[in-house]
Amino acid sequence: MQLNFTHHQSAHCENGVASNLLKNSGLNISEPMVFGIGSGLFFVYLPFIKVNHAPAISYRTLPGQIFNKLASRLNLKIKRQKFSSVSNANKALDENLKNNIPTGLQVGVYHLSYFPDEYRFHFNAHNLVVYGKTETDYLVSDPVMETVTTLTHDELDKVRFAKGAFAPRGQMYYPIQIPKDVDLKSAIIKGIKNTCRDMLAPMPIVGVRGIKFVSRQIRKWPLKHGTKKANHYLAQMVRMQEEIGTGGGGFRFIYAAFLQEASVILNNEELKILSKEMTQIGDSWRDFAVEASRIYKNRSAKEDAYNTIADELLDIANREEIFFKKLKKAIS
Amino acid sequence: MEKDKVPQDTSNLTKNNVKELLYATDENGNYTTTLSTGWEPKAIALSNSIDEINERIAEAKEQVLNGEVSPIAYFMELNKMDLTILASYVGMWKWRVKRHFKPKNFATLSDKILQKYADAFEISIAELKNIKTE
Repeated sequence: MQLNFTHHQSAHCENGVASNLLKNSGLNISEPMVFGIGSGLFFVYLPFIKVNHAPAISYRTLPGQIFNKLASRLNLKIKRQKFSSVSNANKALDENLKNNIPTGLQVGVYHLSYFPDEYRFHFNAHNLVVYGKTETDYLVSDPVMETVTTLTHDELDKVRFAKGAFAPRGQMYYPIQIPKDVDLKSAIIKGIKNTCRDMLAPMPIVGVRGIKFVSRQIRKWPLKHGTKKANHYLAQMVRMQEEIGTGGGGFRFIYAAFLQEASVILNNEELKILSKEMTQIGDSWRDFAVEASRIYKNRSAKEDAYNTIADELLDIANREEIFFKKLKKAIS
Repeated sequence: MEKDKVPQDTSNLTKNNVKELLYATDENGNYTTTLSTGWEPKAIALSNSIDEINERIAEAKEQVLNGEVSPIAYFMELNKMDLTILASYVGMWKWRVKRHFKPKNFATLSDKILQKYADAFEISIAELKNIKTE
């Protein structure tokens, strides 16, 4: 059994699944639009939570939030279900396929057999769409892959019931109601306001202040933790920024693409200028990654090397602070 | 980032023939998407953390062979898990799993408990008890 479903590759899994599911239901919405309206851009530093034995840094909001915010801002109805038993989860998915509903799933990455081995670690907030089933396999549209792929029934059970932080518990979701006319303009404005509020939040570990906090911490890393650990922390930070489907520069380029699209819809020239500025900030994030990689490549930890990248990071934070203040003004 | 400056370095993606999608600007400064085979700073970061994992695995193995920790600690590292993830897979409290890291406590575990660990690591109880020494 195979449903009619068009696969589009995307940079990030959650945006991609949302965009693909909505396109499939007749609402043509791009990945950057999903990301911008769903206020996906974020920064948070959680030194007390360790991911891969390094402090957790995230460049995005919590899993599921992007699609949920998008849905409420566009008045879409999304149905989400979690399951305590594997057999019920399978039954519900098969029922959906029978009813011709391509279904989004939250899954763990570790057992995704089509991922390169090096990328298979215990990360549970990945998303994909199942659009069909054969005797042995499920037909899978994973938005970060170029083409569609498959998982065996057994493999799908495993990824749906992966354990650990953000355990998916078989979670599946799909749009059940999409209004004929959606009000993109007001949704965009709400999305931008939310992001400005997040990035300028008066909390030490969130947004621009969070970036400044990390910059202060980086200076201390080599002395406090020793060269090896400091290099490991830095490498993990770069991976979070560039790897996990961020579209490059810690989602800054996707956001710039969103602002460009938004400037046309809102007929707001200011947003186009800000989009260019965001691109430049994204380039600076890339430069930061290059400088950081020099440190962990040479395995040297001259203290001034850490100070140099800390300065670079501080400069990015200061520019983003100005940027989000301007962005807030541009739409008010 | 401009489209023609998008890096096309060899990476762990290349050998699997996977390309990732990036957002970049075209010659008119408008956003478009493009595919990339990889980027060196990322590839180094990844190989850095793989080295780190392999070191942890080797270290754990040595500790098991020296009788300092139980095989559970080794298989946890081998499966890229940490205490929180392992505890979640076997459905036990973290402090309990930590107790099972001690060879003395490991020796007294029932087959029922051992099976939980074996399932989490996708191996048999026999494999769990006898880690390969080569």
